[in-house]
Amino acid sequence: MVARVQIPKEAKRGELIELRIVIQHPMETGYRHDEIGRLIKRNVITSLLCNLNGAEVFRAELSPGIAANPYLQFYTVAEASGEFEFSWIDDEGKRGSERQSIVVR
Amino acid sequence: MMRSLAAALVAAVVSAAPLARAQERGIPPEQIRSGSEFLGADLRALQGDDFANPGMLWVERGEELWRELTGSGARSCAGCHGEAATSMRGVAARYPRIDPESGKLLNLEGRINACRVARQGAAPFGYESENLLSITAYVARQSRGTPLSASIDGEAKRHFDSGRAYYYERRGQMNLSCAHCHEANWGKRLLSETISQGHPNPYPVYRLEWQAMGSLERRLRACLSGIRAEMLPYGAPEYLDLELFLAWRARGLPLEAPGVRR
Repeated sequence: MVARVQIPKEAKRGELIELRIVIQHPMETGYRHDEIGRLIKRNVITSLLCNLNGAEVFRAELSPGIAANPYLQFYTVAEASGEFEFSWIDDEGKRGSERQSIVVR
Repeated sequence: MMRSLAAALVAAVVSAAPLARAQERGIPPEQIRSGSEFLGADLRALQGDDFANPGMLWVERGEELWRELTGSGARSCAGCHGEAATSMRGVAARYPRIDPESGKLLNLEGRINACRVARQGAAPFGYESENLLSITAYVARQSRGTPLSASIDGEAKRHFDSGRAYYYERRGQMNLSCAHCHEANWGKRLLSETISQGHPNPYPVYRLEWQAMGSLERRLRACLSGIRAEMLPYGAPEYLDLELFLAWRARGLPLEAPGVRR
C-alpha cells in the first residue's frame, strides 16, 4: 500500500496550511463480482486520522461510495512545529501510516 | 477504346492514391491532438498535478522497484542505469522498437522484462501486474514532454505495415475498424463521451473506469470488446505491431505518462 502525503515543510505561526494525502487502495464496494460470479468482499478504508504531535487535527469516516485510491485535502492553522501523523485502517484490519514534519516559525 | 483507356487510367490513379499516401497519417499533422485535449478541465488538472494524479502512486512504487536488488545477480535497475531521471530521459518516447540483440519488436513493458531476464536473472513480471505497470510508469514518467518518435525503418517496417493493416481492417460484430471512430469521427460524441484520436502518448494510464493503472494493451482490449471483436491475449504480436503503428501515427505528440483518462 503506497501512500503519498504533502504538507508544507515550513509555515508561519497562524498561517492556514493545506494538507493532502492520497492512498493506494482498491476501495472495494462489496457489490462487485469477480470473473466467475463470486461476490468480492467489501474492503474499504473505514477511517483516517491525522494527528499533530499526538493531538487530533482531522478525522474522516470513509465509505464504499468513495472511489479507489482516495485523495483527501484539508486545511489547518499552523500553531506548532512537529510531526503530522496520518493513520488509517481498512475492513481487513490492515493499517497504514505516513509521517511528515513541519517547522513553524 | 480511348475512352475505356482513359477510364482505366483514372481508375489506376484513384487506386494508387492510397498507396502514395501510405507514409502519411490519416489525420493531417496540424489536426493531431492528444487525448488530454478531449478531457474536461478537472481531469486535465488532475493529470497535471504531480501529487493528486493517482498514477503517481504507481510511479512511486516503480521507483522502489528501480532501486530494488533482485534476481540471481542481486542487481537493481539503478545498478546499471543509475539515476532514471537522466538515463531514462526520452527513452520511452522511442518505443516500441526493435531490440538489436534479438531482432524482436519490444514495447517498453517487453524491454523491461527482457532486461529483468537477461541482465538481472529474475523472472519477468506478469503482463498487467502491478509491478510491471509500476516500473513502466516510472520509466515512462522520465520522458514526460518528449515527443513520440518511434522508428519504422529497417526491421520495424514489417511490423509497422502489419500494425497499419490491423488498424484499418474491419473486425468484430460491429464490423468497425479503428479508423472508423478515431480517424473519421474524432471530436464527435459517442453517448456521453467525445471520441478521441486514440493516441498512445499518455500510457500507462490511470483510467477512472478502471479505478486503476492500465497498459495500452488493456485499453486496446477494451476497444476491441467495445466493437464486439475478439480480444487477443496480452503480449500478442498483433498488439505490438499496432502499438508501433499508433506510436508512429502520434509522432510529435508529447509523452504524458502517467496520464489520466475517463
